[in-house]
Amino acid sequence: MGELEIVKHVKYILTVEKKKDDFESVVMEHLRLNGAYWGLTTLDILQKLDTVDVNEVVSWIMECQHESGGFGGNIGHDPHVLYTLSAIQVLALFDKIDVLDIDKVADYISSLQNEDGSFSGDIWGEIDTRFSYIAICSLALLHRLDKINVEKAVEYIVSCKNLDGGFGCTPGGESHAGQIFCCVGALAITGSLHHIDKDLLGWWLCERQVKSGGLNGRPEKLPDVCYSWWVLSSLIMIDRVHWIDKGKLVNFILDCQDKENGGISDRPNDAVDVFHTYFGIAGLSLLEYRGLKPIDPAYALPVDVVNRIFLRK
Amino acid sequence: MNQKVEFEVEEEEEERSRIPISERPEWADVRPLPQDDGPNPVVPIAYSDEFSETMDFFRAVYLADERSARALELTQEAIFLNSGNYTVWQFRRLILEALSVDLREELEFIDQIAKNNTKNYQIWHHRRWVAEKLGSNVASNELQFTGEIFSQDAKNYHAWSHRQWVLQTLGGWDDELAYCDELLQNDIFNNSAWNQRYFVVTKSPRLGGLEVTRDSEVAYAIKAILTKPENESPWRYLRGLYKNDVNSIANDPRVASVCVDVLTNEKECAHALNMVLDLLCNHYQPSIELKNAIDALSDNSDLELAKKVCSVLQLVDPMRANYWEWRKTTVPARD
Ligand SMILES: [Zn+2]
Repeated sequence: MGELEIVKHVKYILTVEKKKDDFESVVMEHLRLNGAYWGLTTLDILQKLDTVDVNEVVSWIMECQHESGGFGGNIGHDPHVLYTLSAIQVLALFDKIDVLDIDKVADYISSLQNEDGSFSGDIWGEIDTRFSYIAICSLALLHRLDKINVEKAVEYIVSCKNLDGGFGCTPGGESHAGQIFCCVGALAITGSLHHIDKDLLGWWLCERQVKSGGLNGRPEKLPDVCYSWWVLSSLIMIDRVHWIDKGKLVNFILDCQDKENGGISDRPNDAVDVFHTYFGIAGLSLLEYRGLKPIDPAYALPVDVVNRIFLRK
Repeated sequence: MNQKVEFEVEEEEEERSRIPISERPEWADVRPLPQDDGPNPVVPIAYSDEFSETMDFFRAVYLADERSARALELTQEAIFLNSGNYTVWQFRRLILEALSVDLREELEFIDQIAKNNTKNYQIWHHRRWVAEKLGSNVASNELQFTGEIFSQDAKNYHAWSHRQWVLQTLGGWDDELAYCDELLQNDIFNNSAWNQRYFVVTKSPRLGGLEVTRDSEVAYAIKAILTKPENESPWRYLRGLYKNDVNSIANDPRVASVCVDVLTNEKECAHALNMVLDLLCNHYQPSIELKNAIDALSDNSDLELAKKVCSVLQLVDPMRANYWEWRKTTVPARD
């Protein structure tokens, strides 16, 4: 437990993907844009983004763009909304959204909205409320929400609401904290939080805290650092975060640090990875841990970055 | 997002004796295309030789848009090396369409790879694409396949999502309620199975909807509650059957009665106390038994019943003390 090992986590992020030939590098190859978002946002929360060469990142990102306007997970990969949002978010971190042909990117995303208001992830048509969030978050960051039918998008998300107050991936799908984050985030961004029974959902979410202080994503599942983000951000958006024991959660996240080499794992004593490092530190930021930049629970970007986008216009 | 990267290493079934692609005669005419990591890559990655070579050849056929039998073979090799690479899967679908491959064979290929990669989005998406093309005569095959996944991991979110899609698109509802029961018999805490039960009860064209099934389902939930009162799933299921309408819940005498039964044996059961609290906040007139059960919990006789329940909950569930404190403020004034 103890303190957050800020210096070691910065070092971990900066070196993690330079490791040669390991399995993690191979499986990460096609989603490097997600990896870049997790790593760079973590650095920004830790106030160390200035250690990165902006031009290198920006030119690499632009090479991941496909002629359709969407982004692939790496150079030469097919476009998908998952990576398109990461590209926009990373550019936002560096205040470089203006390098984009904004209408082209926005047209790609809006072309993926279906009749019923849902969104596909790419041309192959997989539907999931994750993609609704991604589309709405991306278009909001680009100031182009007017390109989609927001009313229908909201209607679809509401159709995925369950009687426990939570949300699933499609209508009837089990409530899951990750999907709940996506749905609550999308409703928050579109000013539609009135569709949520906040007391009912807040109760379900605070029931996710287990004895160790960590949060799980569904009943009877093990706690996991990444749920610190999904559950917490949702509780904050519906204004019910005081219903959990924040001190115990902070201790759980700190317990998951590799105190020697940096990085955070899903549970104490597991192997660290960049994904859980990001969610652990972002969770601590939501818990107002000292020395960290505050992060916005809906856009999953530092608050100053979000303000720069929405207050400047 | 939720695109959780699964780092679990695919277990290599056996040591394959692999001939490098560059030494295979059928590939002699193709020039492999190395990965372009961009200028001064932000996060330079070095890959293993086999992976690099396979992907270099993949890039070559992908960019040439070569929809051929050897390209199909190559996507299979690439998928065995990294089944998360969505670009490879998408190109594979283009080839399958172009060559009019028998998709039942494709299902078998997915079977091979899916069992070790049960949380991989691409594989599930691909499976759905194939199953949709094959239509309703693979419904039972698909239900059986998800069943095999559940025998390893009964809460696999992807498999449940696939199963719901199969039922709604291809059919196969007949035994679904019995299947939910089977899973709940194995593990009464399985929230996914409870969710599926609700899905069946509300959506199955065979059962006539919630109005018809409510009565027997309430009995089912109550039986489960009495087995394991600390299990939050049947409590939520019970509320769901009444669409969270506390009035209807209060009108079913079985609900108050199960609370009394539980509290008699397990006086600190938060779910039972919570249900009692809901009833009391809704002007439910408690029976003598219920009153006695609550009085037995706390000797603070000054408080009215509902507030007394909140105080007990704060003690037995300290992590959520603020929630119960808030509940106390929502207790309506005594009339
Ligand atoms: Zn996790």
